Amino acid sequence: MEKVIDIQHLSKSFGTNEILKDIDFSVDKGEVVCIIGASGSGKSTLLRCINLLEKPSGGQIIYNGENILDNNHDIYAYRTKLGMVFQQFNLFNNHNVMSNCTIGQIKVLKRSKVEAEKVAMKYLKVVGMDQFINAKPRQLSGGQKQRVAIARALSMEPDVMLFDEPTSALDPEMVGEVLTVMKDLVKSGLTMLVVTHEMQFAGEVANRVVFMDKGVIAEEGTPEQIFNNPKQERTKEFLKRVLR
Amino acid sequence: MFWEITGRIISTYWPMFLRGAAMTLFVSILSTIIGTFIGLLIGSIRTIPVPERGVKKVILKFINTVLSMYVEFFRGTPMIVQASVIYYGSLMVFGIDMDRTFAAIFIVSINTGAYMTEIIRGGIISIDKGQFEAAHAIGMNHTKTMLHVILPQVMRNILPALGNEFVINIKDTSVLNVIGVTELFFQSKSIAGINYRYFETYFVTCFMYLIMTLSVTRVLRGIERKMDGPDSYNIIPGNQMQVAKPEDIIRRTRNKDSHKN
Repeated sequence: MEKVIDIQHLSKSFGTNEILKDIDFSVDKGEVVCIIGASGSGKSTLLRCINLLEKPSGGQIIYNGENILDNNHDIYAYRTKLGMVFQQFNLFNNHNVMSNCTIGQIKVLKRSKVEAEKVAMKYLKVVGMDQFINAKPRQLSGGQKQRVAIARALSMEPDVMLFDEPTSALDPEMVGEVLTVMKDLVKSGLTMLVVTHEMQFAGEVANRVVFMDKGVIAEEGTPEQIFNNPKQERTKEFLKRVLR
Repeated sequence: MFWEITGRIISTYWPMFLRGAAMTLFVSILSTIIGTFIGLLIGSIRTIPVPERGVKKVILKFINTVLSMYVEFFRGTPMIVQASVIYYGSLMVFGIDMDRTFAAIFIVSINTGAYMTEIIRGGIISIDKGQFEAAHAIGMNHTKTMLHVILPQVMRNILPALGNEFVINIKDTSVLNVIGVTELFFQSKSIAGINYRYFETYFVTCFMYLIMTLSVTRVLRGIERKMDGPDSYNIIPGNQMQVAKPEDIIRRTRNKDSHKN
């Protein structure tokens, strides 16, 4: 089991506000890890530190053996290996669906337009949005936008996919269509890190569930262990509030 | 009586009026375009994220200070004064005898550039942070993010402000008459000086400026509407079905490429 991401003693503060305190966390290749926890527990911050959208205050992050916090490290090349899906979709408003998926490939990965469109088409078919290639983001529903966002991230063909509460901004009816897409991705063997409130989803697909509370990893284990047999008091508290 | 005189002035001096209007339009259009480019460049530079430490931080802070001084100076002084200083200054201090038309475009451009810098900086700041984050997440650096994601959206958002600048420029080119640029106001002064009919002459001038500014406003509004186009329909997701099949699109792009050979 090769460790794709190895995080040691990670800490992150915003001013005097300590959001992450001494996090030790690793992800193996092909693993699906779901991170759960209350608002403010630091789960999104942890995810955003991994692709350096936030700069850690301390600790180290090793990706495939490389220290990504080193000054000489190429942050842009690194980010192309991690795909990120945001809670607010963040599709590029001045590009249509196809262009959203190809612009990164063409400008960053230097692929040809033909090749980029072929790859984009492949992943748009996977998410079921291949018939909307000329639509602009403002013409799409939330669920459609999120699926395009997933296709956009996949088109960069990353090693790891990061999902930051992908369904939290969606109407209940649309949550299902996005979760279905994500379940298909799990089947394809992709390494995925998902911050989510969808406990049923986590229970179904996760190899490992990590529960965060107040900036630390309070407990982690298989879905079985966490949902049915939580050891920590605060895990039990949280689950009682969230699962009815 | 009044209309007779006005009519006579128009029929006698219309070539001069038109030449003046042409110069006014020429200088305003060119200067607004150049000024917008200056604004885009400087606005983008001023929104580069400042690195936390190192040589780059010092250089960037220095550049930002210089650019701030440029913006403050050209926004803080009247263009009529700037025109005199630059035109006569370049002659006396540097010995450069500027062609008046070149001087006109130069002065109005850098003046417009100062205002456009702030307009564009405001436009960049008002773009949702998520757009930046999504671009960074797929590995784009600041330049690529600006070029392909942010600035196109900024341009669409600032179109009203840009139109405003354009209209202001049309009117403000009138101050260039102090350095002898043959724009509309200069021509009007000449005409009035010949026939001493100040009121009637400037009355015509007034109308000509109005025609120019109104036309520009109409055209820009048309452009705005064209850019927003599809938004005005109520698109129901189902109707988005595109006729072209994916294989056709890819085939078409491949054929397009083979034609290049």
